[in-house]
Amino acid sequence: MNIWQIISQIFPYAIILTMPLLITALGGLFSERSGVVNIGLEGLMVVGFFASAIVVKGLENIFPTAAIPIGLLAGVVAGALFSLLHAFASINLNANQIISGTAINMMAGALTVYLARTITGSGNIAIRIGVIRHTIPVLSKIPIIGPLFFTQTYWTTWIILLIVLVSWFLLYKTSFGLRLRACGEHPSSAASSGVNVYKMRYIGVMISGAFAGLGGSLILVTYSGEFNGTVAGLGFLSLAALIFGQWKPLGVLGATFFFGFAMTIANVSQVVPELAVIPPLILKVFPYVVTLLALVLFSKSSQAPKAVGQPYYPGQG
Amino acid sequence: MKQKNNALVIAVSAVVLGLLAGAILMALIGSNPFEGYTYLFKGGLMSVERIGNSIATAITLILTGLSVAFAFKTGLFNIGAAGQMLMGGLCATMVALTVTAPRPILLLLILLAGFAGGAVWGAIPGYLKARFNVHEVVATIMMNWIAYWIVYYVVPAYFKGAYLETESRLIPVEASLKTSWLDSLFNGSYINIGIFVAILAVIIIQIILKKTTLGFELKAVGYNRDAAEYAGIKVNRNVILSMVIAGSLAGLAGATFYTGYASNIQIGVMPNQGFDGIAVALLGATEPWGVFVSALFFGLLHSGKGFMNAMTSIPPEISDTIIATIIYFTATSVLIGRVWSFLAKKRKRKEQEKVIDQTPTDASLEEDK
Repeated sequence: MNIWQIISQIFPYAIILTMPLLITALGGLFSERSGVVNIGLEGLMVVGFFASAIVVKGLENIFPTAAIPIGLLAGVVAGALFSLLHAFASINLNANQIISGTAINMMAGALTVYLARTITGSGNIAIRIGVIRHTIPVLSKIPIIGPLFFTQTYWTTWIILLIVLVSWFLLYKTSFGLRLRACGEHPSSAASSGVNVYKMRYIGVMISGAFAGLGGSLILVTYSGEFNGTVAGLGFLSLAALIFGQWKPLGVLGATFFFGFAMTIANVSQVVPELAVIPPLILKVFPYVVTLLALVLFSKSSQAPKAVGQPYYPGQG
Repeated sequence: MKQKNNALVIAVSAVVLGLLAGAILMALIGSNPFEGYTYLFKGGLMSVERIGNSIATAITLILTGLSVAFAFKTGLFNIGAAGQMLMGGLCATMVALTVTAPRPILLLLILLAGFAGGAVWGAIPGYLKARFNVHEVVATIMMNWIAYWIVYYVVPAYFKGAYLETESRLIPVEASLKTSWLDSLFNGSYINIGIFVAILAVIIIQIILKKTTLGFELKAVGYNRDAAEYAGIKVNRNVILSMVIAGSLAGLAGATFYTGYASNIQIGVMPNQGFDGIAVALLGATEPWGVFVSALFFGLLHSGKGFMNAMTSIPPEISDTIIATIIYFTATSVLIGRVWSFLAKKRKRKEQEKVIDQTPTDASLEEDK
């Protein structure tokens, strides 16, 4: 097998693994750009994972066609609602955002399994259906990009990419985006020009909850098929991607894709002899080590929002 | 003194609110909360063996709680206790499985290995913070997952269990922190000599923080970095040192857990105790004795949940949910403070109104006499 064959074979898997990371990291971007650190992404993903599993399981026999879209929507709504806990604590009560985020992570993991056990008895919720893959008729015939991007794709992938595009537009080309970013850089200045800092931060955190919830739901309907109470650190990996991507949508796109590819190589390296030379440990720790290195390299010129993590007190310069 | 009272009020309020949330959850699934809590506490306390198990569960939490609390004193948030625990546990397990030595020396080596593994895992984020100003929260999260994957691949490659790929070989009896006299004292519970390590750690940390220059400097850095720097305290050195000590405490937690409470190390598990340590530290107001008490309480919650689950239909995750809720309420202690001061004000106003209403009449003056 040559390199090209290997790449074109694992590429679709890499994209599948990338999407939950991408959407979750993008959610984190909205939250942090508005000035609220959200290390609760992991927990919010679990909440979305759980909600979509419940809904898909409930609907898969009655409405097989609508079950998945409704399930994804349920993940979005559940994530957004759960993130209100974090928003309330960090925006209204000036709580330590790290502690609040940690509480979100712990609560999500425990509460969802608690409910799942009550519902199914085992704590796991398996679904029978998943998103069906499509090879796009004409585009898949294009050399190179055809096999990479247009074969065996999920429709959800296209929606996520669309959301990235729309997010970029929202953040950089609209007054809403400018206001949101201002709240993360200099909230008092934003407030003095009439921006409601509280409202913007609520929106930022809720978008992060919604997107992380969607990320968790994607795991369920694309590759896992079973809720098991954990997303195994993908939320933290998204946080790493957010930092590695330096809080920019395109940077996040690149970083998550990079991480998704590394994860895929680690997963398949046992069955592909050419890749077996790389120890899987190296590939697995790669995203985390790279993020630490990025933090060191960018320490002088970090693009982190200046007021991220700091409570906003009205009337304080 | 007032601050101490405040911390106590917040801690007690958070616990009450957490238990209340647990009760609501129990009721939500159609169980009786009173019954649930009765079995939960019975499960942790009703026999000598169960008390031993509650203490055994608390050992790990005391050490991870101390780890988080100690870093807090220097203004650092050690969210990496889980990873430090894994590395400490891995090093301790490696020693326990490979070294042969007289038992006292072997146990000392195991604990030292745990200490060292955790210390290294704390030193790296400490160094990154001091030298490059990398935020320790992010760095320790990354270190957690690096530790997770190291354990995931190293254990099956070199220390594979006899039956399962997902855990290490069983630690021989002579290398275990469990001892026969504690065993017979507590009717064969999980309790092990880790409890003495934990108590010793509480005392030593208390002394370091309260009686030594090092402790003073660490706290000074925590209160105000710039002022500490100005006063001639080497801030960077103290930041690294604080993370090393915090890491080594969590590493000890790993050693006591994997070679004491458990008898091998499993892969693919991020130990919850690392994050519970945050709850323990916060509830204990980051004071060593507070950590000790709250760890015992959480140990009880964790150790009783199995019995409760067996006797009722309440899933064991209720304990984790209660703990998570308690953290949330300690994080939002502002809210608790506001509610209390609101209530206090209301009462004061009422009293004042009473005083105004009862303008001293001759009769009441008579009574006063």
